[in-house]
Amino acid sequence: MDKTKEEQLDNQQNKPLKEPTIWEEKGISRRDFIKFCTAMSAALALPVTFAPKIAQALDEIKRPTLVWLEFQDCAGNTEALLRATTPDVATLILDILSLDYHETIMAAAGHQAEEALNGVLRDQKGKYICVVEGSIPLRDDGIYCCIGGKSALSIAREVCGNAFATIAVGTCASYGGIPAAAPNPTGAVGVKDAVPGATVINLPGCPLNPDNLTATIVHYLTFGKLPETDSHGRPLFAYGKRIHDACERRSHFDAGQYVEIWGDSAHRNGHCLYKMGCKGPETYHNCPTQRYNMKTSWPVASGHGCVGCSEPNFWDTMSPFYKRLPNVPGFGIESTADKIGAGLAVATAAALTAHGVISAVKKDKDTDEKMEN
Amino acid sequence: MGKLVSKYIWESPVRITHWVNFLSILTLSATGIYIGSPKTLALTPSQYIMGWVRFVHFVAAYAFTISVLSRIYWAFAGNEYANWRSLVPYLYKEGRRNMKETFLFYTFFKSKPPHSLGHNAMAGTAYLSVFLLYIVMIFTGFALYSEHAPHSLVRTLFGWQFSLFSNQGMRLTHHCVMWLLLVFAIQHVYSAWLMEVTEKNGVISSIFGGYKSAPTKE
Ligand code: HEM
Repeated sequence: MDKTKEEQLDNQQNKPLKEPTIWEEKGISRRDFIKFCTAMSAALALPVTFAPKIAQALDEIKRPTLVWLEFQDCAGNTEALLRATTPDVATLILDILSLDYHETIMAAAGHQAEEALNGVLRDQKGKYICVVEGSIPLRDDGIYCCIGGKSALSIAREVCGNAFATIAVGTCASYGGIPAAAPNPTGAVGVKDAVPGATVINLPGCPLNPDNLTATIVHYLTFGKLPETDSHGRPLFAYGKRIHDACERRSHFDAGQYVEIWGDSAHRNGHCLYKMGCKGPETYHNCPTQRYNMKTSWPVASGHGCVGCSEPNFWDTMSPFYKRLPNVPGFGIESTADKIGAGLAVATAAALTAHGVISAVKKDKDTDEKMEN
Repeated sequence: MGKLVSKYIWESPVRITHWVNFLSILTLSATGIYIGSPKTLALTPSQYIMGWVRFVHFVAAYAFTISVLSRIYWAFAGNEYANWRSLVPYLYKEGRRNMKETFLFYTFFKSKPPHSLGHNAMAGTAYLSVFLLYIVMIFTGFALYSEHAPHSLVRTLFGWQFSLFSNQGMRLTHHCVMWLLLVFAIQHVYSAWLMEVTEKNGVISSIFGGYKSAPTKE
């Protein structure tokens, strides 16, 4: 270990703990805390040497304010967050951020609740973080989702527009998601499309993985800025790699071992779900490594193909979920591209054979005629 | 009828790219069909059957791409028979007349196709569509290929197509165009045979050796 690192660690350990840190108050041991910081540096794809830096930043937290808005959603992302079985550091991160507004879990209701939000807007302009869950309807002046008499769009404009940054959690808030699926009756869009001026980072997924939310917030607390994103506004640390390339069933794909029917022996043996319509080859998300529900599992591990839920418009563009390719538009439901293609090839061969026969007959006739002349 | 002489029509780049295309399209179709609906052939996960099939698909894809690009270059650098103008006969008068007569021949209204040394006019038109289909295959193919490397140069060059096609639409297009090319291939072999037996100008051997027989007056 080199000198500087040693010093860093020394500083950490020998720091006179005059007053208990916020973590100790919450009953989290120093050991667990450092373990968490190391896990976070891994989640953020940073070298482990960043763990002390993260620890330091989290020790010195200045309780940034967080408001959580819900629009056209199913509260699935809130659920994902609350599902943590034992409240660990990850959930407490959200506790220590002062969560001033969250309709599903706040005690206040009605005007009192709205007052809490107004308070944040008044006092913390440009400093608070806004989390949005659910899509925002634009059609018919946005009347399809109203809270406290205001449309989702006007709330988003005001709250996201004045935030330090907005984190869109789940595919609906990121890209419109399921409410935006064709024919999109409410004209639903994601936050960035509804409020183009806002600073938005997207954490799509159905639901998002709460670990990625924690890591994004930890990144912000440590470095004072949002993590780097891809062209869909998703942080690269979580959405930079393809599911297919980190999948535990990948060796079966490369070998050529495929599930053919649900429940067949290949399925029971954990073989590749490619032929069952798995969209892992076209989806970018860290599910295989980060997993869900306290790292218990993720869809492909439990035997269900990926449906590409973290990709824009997945409901329309990744379907059919249980088949590799969509049907050819304009042909019957059961016609696959291969049936149509093979049919066309056979028809062509038949037509040309007929053409050949006619040519031959005709040629004989022509020659006959010539001979007669 | 005057005497026949051998005339050099297809220069070597035309013949070589023709056969590289032939071999690579066969390989790409065979491997592509397997990639599209693979059968379980492996007994253990340490085998690499799909891995090799995809590898062969990508190597053939590069051969095909280089061949198509070379042929496009030769459409500007080669002789008059290789020239791009022969793919757009409808742009000039003689071509239009040729097209009409060839069409009448194919539909049995005339017993002889018009004489032409290079592509006949209908064939030239078909080849233009085929070249466009090649380009579609190359573009969609490389876009699919770039999925494994979302931050690569290939992705920058070809990834913009994902905003035109949906991801699934791209796969479906890549898959269906294969069938169109196979249908073309069947038709192509048939037409070559038909011209061989009616025109007796050695069109089939010409793609091997480059020479066609032509009346002396030419
Ligand atoms: C005439 C030329 C070609 C033919 C007939 C052909 C055929 C096919 C077919 C049938 C598939 C399966 C599609 C599916 O069902 O999803 C496929 C997949 C693919 N092809 Fe091609 N292809 C051709 C050229 C190319 C080229 C030039 C490339 C460029 C690299 C390419 C790259 C790919 C890739 C990346 C896949 C997907 C493989 C995977 O997902 O593992 N192909 N091809």
